Amino acid sequence: MSDDAASSPAPWEVMNENIDMISGGIPWGRRMAFRFTRIEKGHVWGLQPWKERLVGDPDTGVIHGGVLTAFLDNLCGTAASSALPKPRFVATLDLRLDYMRPADKGRDIIGEAECYHVTRNICFTRAWAYHENRDKVIATAAGAFAINKPRSVDSMRTM
Amino acid sequence: MANDMDTTEQTRADEVRAFIARTPLAQEMGLRCEVMGDEMTMIMPYQEKLIGNFMIKAIHGGAIAAFLELTSQAQVFLVTEHLERPPRPINLTIDYLRQGHAKDLYARAEITKMGRRMCSVRAEAWQDERAKPVTTLMAHFMVSGD
Repeated sequence: MSDDAASSPAPWEVMNENIDMISGGIPWGRRMAFRFTRIEKGHVWGLQPWKERLVGDPDTGVIHGGVLTAFLDNLCGTAASSALPKPRFVATLDLRLDYMRPADKGRDIIGEAECYHVTRNICFTRAWAYHENRDKVIATAAGAFAINKPRSVDSMRTM
Repeated sequence: MANDMDTTEQTRADEVRAFIARTPLAQEMGLRCEVMGDEMTMIMPYQEKLIGNFMIKAIHGGAIAAFLELTSQAQVFLVTEHLERPPRPINLTIDYLRQGHAKDLYARAEITKMGRRMCSVRAEAWQDERAKPVTTLMAHFMVSGD
């Protein structure tokens, strides 16, 4: 038994193996068309393609800030889950976005998120969105996530 | 005189409606706004594509955040006469208070401080009860024009 536990893969390893399923299973994620590209323990990367339907300013063709919010929210949440030793769902408590410069029309946006601290109940994360590298960011984010408690069979019986 | 004022307000309300109608993301999300003078309610009718979690049929938090951001932008645009286009956001903070269920969402935004260059806005989205907001937003926008 203990051997099995020791050899069972960490959540981030399972997530990285099933990376395409993570964004593919969410309807709004599919409409936004973003995907995760790499998952390590507490650190994830993703890609948000430019899409006409996501434009926030028809005069410039720049993607709406709300798209970046949803993208970085998802990246932060995934970074939080990937930092945990056991599989758990996390829920966004709050998220702060700072918009540094508009994204370029027609260009993919790269996103990167890390979970830099974990307590018993909360994961603290931060994220960046950019075209080339972190030195020239489009937006940054900081988010706190509540770690959902696993439900035991007993707790379900009392509901 | 009264007629002049009515015409001005009507025009700005029309501009706000036009902003929603010609912004691709707002259309993708199916947004609709009801303008009453300087007040406005934004409505996001429920659609399956807005779901973020299939198991609990909850609306995606990111979609609600975008909804609140568009609501705030529209509200600032509505009451700031010198703006030629909807304002650009500087930053925002979102608090997720409750789950967004598979039904329509409503939102209103309020300007807490209008400055010469920037303004502060609070917005909230609710479903059944206004007193039980699903998500709230606090944001800053540039209002100094382009």
